[in-house]
Amino acid sequence: MTTTPLIQVKNLVQKIGAQEILRGLSLDIIEGETLVLLGKSGGGKSVFLRHLIGLMHPISGSILFEGMDVTKLNERELEPVRRHIGMLFQDGALFDSMNVFDNVAFPLRERGEKKPAVIREKVAQALAMVNMTGHDHKMPVNLSGGMRKRVALARVIISPPAVILYDEPTAGLDPIVSDSINKLIRHLQKELHVTSIVVTHDMVSCNHIADRIALLSEGRIYFIGTPEELRRTTDPTIRDFVDGRSGETIY
Amino acid sequence: MVLISYIKLVYSYIVIFLGEVAMLAGETLLSIARGRIRPRLVLYQIAEIGYRSQLVVVVTGAFTGAVFTAQAYFQFASLNMETAVGSVVAVSMFRELGPVLAGVMVAGRVGAAMSAEIGTMKVTQQIDALRALAVSPVDYLVVPRSIAMFISMPFLVAESVGCGILASYYVGVKVLNISGVYFLANTQKWVDSSDIVMALVKGFFFAGIIVFISCREGLNAKGGAVGVGRATTYTVVNCSLAILIVNFFLTMALNIIFPAG
Repeated sequence: MTTTPLIQVKNLVQKIGAQEILRGLSLDIIEGETLVLLGKSGGGKSVFLRHLIGLMHPISGSILFEGMDVTKLNERELEPVRRHIGMLFQDGALFDSMNVFDNVAFPLRERGEKKPAVIREKVAQALAMVNMTGHDHKMPVNLSGGMRKRVALARVIISPPAVILYDEPTAGLDPIVSDSINKLIRHLQKELHVTSIVVTHDMVSCNHIADRIALLSEGRIYFIGTPEELRRTTDPTIRDFVDGRSGETIY
Repeated sequence: MVLISYIKLVYSYIVIFLGEVAMLAGETLLSIARGRIRPRLVLYQIAEIGYRSQLVVVVTGAFTGAVFTAQAYFQFASLNMETAVGSVVAVSMFRELGPVLAGVMVAGRVGAAMSAEIGTMKVTQQIDALRALAVSPVDYLVVPRSIAMFISMPFLVAESVGCGILASYYVGVKVLNISGVYFLANTQKWVDSSDIVMALVKGFFFAGIIVFISCREGLNAKGGAVGVGRATTYTVVNCSLAILIVNFFLTMALNIIFPAG
């Protein structure tokens, strides 16, 4: 793993309504690493991910990816960037007018693949990687939340991008499927050198997949370090989050 | 002061609304010019918009023609002018009723469905997923619907007008005993190709109004199921109002090019 920052985020500021969600967030993401982003619910983690792929534009600040400032690009200019950055949405965001096969085949077809045999083979491989073989003809409405998420992941990895953004990839999944998703994230990193940024609350998943962990608090990166450094820290804010203590004393 | 701020609010809403619709139309035309067209989706949308809207426009056109004929007959008969009914109905159907009624009915059937579908995609992050997969929502969703609408709408208008005139003939000649020969002769005398062109031109303009307003409302939907419902309502209301308002200006402009009579 090199230490070259693949993505450099500088002083990102974003407001939603009157609330300042990101208050000068700065972060370097190193090529090939898996960075796990922790933080309170509603703290701006998903908003931050959306900025990385240009789905939201900040009030100020910059995001440099391969020398380009993503925040300055318009929709058309963002298309080449988005071919290199994939995103797994929290609820999967499958196209509900298409069955599982067509959802997974969508990126291939949109990038010009016309041969049905090639599409079939790649879709089968992608579905096998997420343990969804045999569900090709089901419609998204007939899938459970976890299955939808796995199909969405297959759609992302069918033509693996350089960077994958995961928005709570294991939320709502049983421990066995969560483990297989964790292993898949690791597999993509080791075999295909995919850089991953994972937003999660799942500390098991976090310890399993993270090369580095960042804690987002009050719109800024409060802590960044290895899982070992996180375990050793005595900072009360970090300890409360990691150990799951609310600080409330009702009982 | 309250009234002035209310007027300002309405004014800014209208300006923003028109600006967004115009920008979406411009972006769509640019995409079409760049050849970002998906023929399979266009054919699917032609079936959805054109083929499946036929019953609605045919029934609307036919019963409008029939009732207009009956009313005109009751008035004209007292003046012994009942043979003029056919020409009055035909000219009205071509120049006004056919395009406007087809437009309003298609706005209700297709425009509402379009904004509900796109709005649902918006609130369930499917539009974001499209963007994240480097696919422009305008290219994928708006372009096929626009092309299909521009192709289908003139045909739907023609069907509406045609069925209106046929129904008028049936009610006038078979039910109200107007002379069929005079009915047809007068219709042929007063209707010419300019009326047909006017109907088709209006249909083409209304296609643009319906598709761009519907897609704009869908793409701007927010706030879950309530937002989708609101987008659908705004689509039907705004499309219907826009069709009626634009129809007036089109009538004035087209009458300069194709004077009636």
